[in-house]
Amino acid sequence: MAVELRLKELSKKEDLFTHGHRLCSGCGAPIVVKMVLLASEYPLIACSSTGCLEVSSCISQYTAWKVPWIHSAFENAGATIAGVETMYRAMKKKGKVDKEIKFVTFCGDGGTYDIGLQSLSGAMERGHDMLYICYDNGAYMNTGIQRSSATPLGAETTTSPAGKVIPGKTQERKNLTRIMAAHDIPYVAQASISYWLDLMKKVRKAFSIKGPKFMNILSPCNRGWRSRTDDAIMLSRLAVDTCYWPLYEVENGVTRITFKPKEKMPIVDFLKPQGRFRHLFSPENEWIIKKLQEDIDREWKRLQKESSLQA
Amino acid sequence: MARIVAVTGNEAVAEALRQTNPDVCAAYPITPATELMQRFAAFVSNGQVDTELILVESEHSAMSACIGAAAGGGRVATATSSQGLALMWEMLFIASGMRLPIIMPIVNRSLSAPINIHGDHSDAMGARDSGWIQLWSENGQEAYDNTIQAFRIAEHMDIRLPTMVCMDGFIISHSIERVEYLEDNEVRNFVGEYKTLNPLLDIDNPKSYGPLILTDLYHEYKRAQHEVMTKVRGVILNVAEEFEKISGRRYGLFEAYRLDDAEIALVILNSAAGTSKDVIDEFRERGIKAGLLKPRLFRPFPYEEIADALKHLKAICVLDRADSFGGYGPLFAEVSSALFQVRERPKMVNKIYGLGGRDFLPYHAERVLSELVDITKTNKVRIVKEYIGVRE
Amino acid sequence: MKLKGWKELTPGVVILEAGNAAEFKTGSWRAFKPVWIEENCIQCLFCWLYCPDMAIKVKDGKRAEYDYDYCKGCGICALECPGKKGQKAIVMVEEGR
Repeated sequence: MAVELRLKELSKKEDLFTHGHRLCSGCGAPIVVKMVLLASEYPLIACSSTGCLEVSSCISQYTAWKVPWIHSAFENAGATIAGVETMYRAMKKKGKVDKEIKFVTFCGDGGTYDIGLQSLSGAMERGHDMLYICYDNGAYMNTGIQRSSATPLGAETTTSPAGKVIPGKTQERKNLTRIMAAHDIPYVAQASISYWLDLMKKVRKAFSIKGPKFMNILSPCNRGWRSRTDDAIMLSRLAVDTCYWPLYEVENGVTRITFKPKEKMPIVDFLKPQGRFRHLFSPENEWIIKKLQEDIDREWKRLQKESSLQA
Repeated sequence: MARIVAVTGNEAVAEALRQTNPDVCAAYPITPATELMQRFAAFVSNGQVDTELILVESEHSAMSACIGAAAGGGRVATATSSQGLALMWEMLFIASGMRLPIIMPIVNRSLSAPINIHGDHSDAMGARDSGWIQLWSENGQEAYDNTIQAFRIAEHMDIRLPTMVCMDGFIISHSIERVEYLEDNEVRNFVGEYKTLNPLLDIDNPKSYGPLILTDLYHEYKRAQHEVMTKVRGVILNVAEEFEKISGRRYGLFEAYRLDDAEIALVILNSAAGTSKDVIDEFRERGIKAGLLKPRLFRPFPYEEIADALKHLKAICVLDRADSFGGYGPLFAEVSSALFQVRERPKMVNKIYGLGGRDFLPYHAERVLSELVDITKTNKVRIVKEYIGVRE
Repeated sequence: MKLKGWKELTPGVVILEAGNAAEFKTGSWRAFKPVWIEENCIQCLFCWLYCPDMAIKVKDGKRAEYDYDYCKGCGICALECPGKKGQKAIVMVEEGR
């Protein structure tokens, strides 16, 4: 199944996530799923937490999944897939299953950063052989754009609206990728659909490693971000180039930045095309943009330091 | 050849799990169920079972992992009590909605607040709507026997429903009783090989578990689930018949103790039924026609069979070791519903007893039976629902 | 797809036909429609890669026509298309024209 990571060759692969799904026009999530499935060289069993991807990909009598897939609840993708993976090991031990199957989840930031954090942490700690992929669109999008701990500072959501007194989300984003790296699992990475080769290489590397792996992939949501239906890739690119979403991996504790933007762009370039940040451009909210830039710079500096220390 | 041992309820059920050798188990500690999975973990560590044990980080994850494993395709079990069962509440409905035959011994314990670690039935009663089959056990022997039969019932191809086996926390789980174990090969042959149905691990036939269902189909799925529940009674009786052949012990949907010619009776679950049976004997010696009905199958509730067994009585007291605040006790509600369909029916009262592990003693049963005698004489019910054994 | 009665349902709400979402044609969602201008196409395949709805057919490693049954008209392909000598190989036109 080793298909070379070239688009021409990859395009010959079967669609394991079919069209006909109900995700919004221009949604980033199906692009995430598609790229991961294209990159995988192993047969997969997938699990999704409740969320946009789950309800839109498997509804009524239809399913867009051509790999075995399970959804049980919102906060337990980590535990659910751990159960499937454990049954696989039990069956393999008994000789009832002989194929090499890999286990993957596709979960939103809602079901990962917040309500799902416990079961994710537990599954990672127990060492299940699985790859947990979070498609991070920065809010509880499926229920209509409510803030999650993945929502950036200052962003407007329906539960953190930009009002007269409070200008959007008042807390900084949780750095979940660092939290997962602190679990000391074999592989943790951040990727973006705008850099497909980096993403796919990371996915392949992850699947080749035995043990718990985590990947955080930015997934633009034009509804929640109040952007255009055609800018999912463009915004993913800007996110990387402004270092809002640095592309790096932590393999066995060693940090490596996998993509350095040619020119680090100011965060306003990422914020401007998104309606959820529009209120930040009023003079009284300038401090938020300043804080965002500081946070990004500080984290980028830290990453570069960590990356160079271990070069 | 049976092995006769002196063991606690937890030990006995752990032994049943060892002999049925599930493919995957999840374990999370909670008093008084902890010891059950602890003993099972020792079996795992010593290679006495082939089970892969997942030491999850919460009971919610325990049930989630069991769901994943059962959907994967294999024999699955876990055990819990009280707050643990309460925490996995949403997942119980998901397990039954997905028709996954997961076996779960429940060591019955009260629900907080206030926090109390002792035996009453609030935990499993709170889960009675969850679509799980519920078997209730008077003592260690019944808990052991029910656990083994539960695998056959749950995994039956006409059923495929998750099943709880209940036993009283501390009273049974921690008390040492005389229990007869079956031989390993007898249990192995009885439960047989696990038969898969739409397993995820059959990757050549990919399938999707857990779709979003809207207003146009949900009602039908639940109708289908209801239909399966109607078949459970038949399967339980068939399995019990087979079980009698290897054990010599007979099980049904309930136990009718000196009920046939009784005029008054107690309806009571689990260990307190054992206490009450002695008092029934005493009353019989005094010439009072007392009897007892101890339900074994609570979900699905065998309305017709229980109505049939009780309809000839003059007065019944249903004793509940759980309360439904603002309502009648759960067992009372079911028995009343059953008897409502009968034209000539007994007078009924509901007593709430033994909450939070409060002892149920013979004299409590005596007082209740005496009250029933009064009711048959005066034809009057003083109060429908009352707490007994409580300090005023 | 005709809705089933309760007796015909798969136990446990399991969907056994993998990928049957393809029976649901999302093309009707479009307000704008992409048009492929073959002479400007450098066959980079980015459009195929980025399409969230797998609505671009590829035959033997070469991009072919749109699958308008599924295209939701998001416009990602048009925006990302590098084109040839400054001319895009994909333009968005209003649906219904």
